[in-house]
Amino acid sequence: MGKYWNEKIECMGPEEMRALQSERLVKQVRHVWDNVPYYRAKMEEKGVTPDDIKGIEDLHKLPFLSKADLRDAYPYGLLAKPLSECVRIHSTSGTTGKRVVAFYTQHDVDLWNDCTARAITAAGGSKEDVVQVAYGYGLFTGGAGLDGGSHKVGCLTLPMSSGNTERQIQFMEDLGATILCCTPSYAAYIGETVKKMGKSPDDLKLKAGIFGAEPWTEEMRQEIEKSLGIKAYDIYGLTETSGPGVAFECECQTGMHINEDNFIAEIIDPDTGEVLPDGTKGELVFTAITKEAFPLLRYRTRDICVLTRGKCACGRTLVKMAKPMGRSDDMLIIRGVNVFPSQIESVLLKMSNASPNYQIIVGRENNTDTFEIRVELTEEMFSDTIRSIEELERKIGQDMLSVLGIKAKIRLVEPNSIPRSEGKAKRVIDTRNLV
Amino acid sequence: MSVKQLSIFAENRPGRLSNITHLLAVNGINIRAMSVADTKDFGILRLIVNDADKAVAALREGNCAVTVTSVLAIRIPDRPGGLAAAMQLLYDNNVSVEYMYSAFISEKNGEAYLILRADSNEKAEQAFEGKYHLLSQEELLAM
Repeated sequence: MGKYWNEKIECMGPEEMRALQSERLVKQVRHVWDNVPYYRAKMEEKGVTPDDIKGIEDLHKLPFLSKADLRDAYPYGLLAKPLSECVRIHSTSGTTGKRVVAFYTQHDVDLWNDCTARAITAAGGSKEDVVQVAYGYGLFTGGAGLDGGSHKVGCLTLPMSSGNTERQIQFMEDLGATILCCTPSYAAYIGETVKKMGKSPDDLKLKAGIFGAEPWTEEMRQEIEKSLGIKAYDIYGLTETSGPGVAFECECQTGMHINEDNFIAEIIDPDTGEVLPDGTKGELVFTAITKEAFPLLRYRTRDICVLTRGKCACGRTLVKMAKPMGRSDDMLIIRGVNVFPSQIESVLLKMSNASPNYQIIVGRENNTDTFEIRVELTEEMFSDTIRSIEELERKIGQDMLSVLGIKAKIRLVEPNSIPRSEGKAKRVIDTRNLV
Repeated sequence: MSVKQLSIFAENRPGRLSNITHLLAVNGINIRAMSVADTKDFGILRLIVNDADKAVAALREGNCAVTVTSVLAIRIPDRPGGLAAAMQLLYDNNVSVEYMYSAFISEKNGEAYLILRADSNEKAEQAFEGKYHLLSQEELLAM
């Protein structure tokens, strides 16, 4: 049992890492140019050919990809391998327009599992451990990502998926789970439930938790660590790049190490697209240099972040990213699900009699996100009976659930009661203070 | 024969009733009957007023969601069993009451007025015909 899953890579000197990245980047650009007409057209538009990319120093010449490109190219436009070579898809929630469908070859799945294996090892995991995966399994990358890493490390894996909390705790106790993987808000909820069931952390063998897929604070970390008697590690990823494991935290808990041998990270100015030096706050951009099926080059994550280089006290040299400090678009992450205000607008516009004037109120109570959508009632929507108004609320609630993938409380409010600033209503009130 | 009722959507927050009644007051509207139906988050204020059109205009101006509904204003004897007999009549005729409230108006002692909305106002009117007096909009205004 070692401290690192892949010491050679995780502790590689900076020059050697750049050389490795350069070599892989050059190869990857050629692969994309040859197989993804969508991106090739973007390169041609910029006047760039694979010959111009001789190493990582030329990365800035490549065009960006954004969520809008994923929408344009949905579902196969960015695929770089024949479907017969692909073995898996994962997808984000959301309407077709906002949904991301990512493809994986077996090689891609193996690399991804390798990334999460590093995260599990960094959290103190080895083949002696029992890993309880309480992320959702299915299209969501959380369950499959940590499950794969756990298998790779050789841990006994409990594929619990999320929900049924008392059963989770029963398994945790009976089978001696030592590492818990789930969203931080679910970890906090499990902690509360342990207490409610009259148990204490001493009844459990848990020593560590790997939590991600949604923003969480340092205070939440301390609370979870206390309620479950563990050390809590952050993990980062997005479906576009594979899933969790793009970056992971070590025992120092001072930022997440990016798996640079697979993903080149850049920080750019979100307005100009200009690359910013390390240590500057800006938008995080990833280039996948080892993925075969869905190799996004210079993908704009919209996460605002800072990169720090240098050898970490843990011994790793992989560049560290801070917890994302916000977004350069209006995406919200609510209970781990990506929500765009435009999705809410589209639901309301589709209801012929509903007004598109709405407001999203996001808060946090007992470590769980609260999500309310206020909709201004128009006279067309209003009829004389309580029953019909409650039916309308229910209908909007069902439509929102099917489009957003999470439940929102719908509250109908009076006309013109949503405050407007400069003629435009303030759409989102987020009181979670996650930054 | 029915009368016009205003229904106003009101969120449950302090000052809403004060605000709405103030709007009516400054526009010289007299309230002849009212009821408030409430849920956890919102309520519906139902009003019979002396000038429905003017009241609607004033409320819309004041950003209220308001709709106009036809309801029945029925005169019943003001004595024990007066309401029971009217309800029995509706029940016998298979008419359901959606909601009902009493009015402030009364021409003389011994009579009371009720505002009523049935699942079918037509069926209710037929049931009451010849047995109870239903106010028309004009009669209501004249009171």
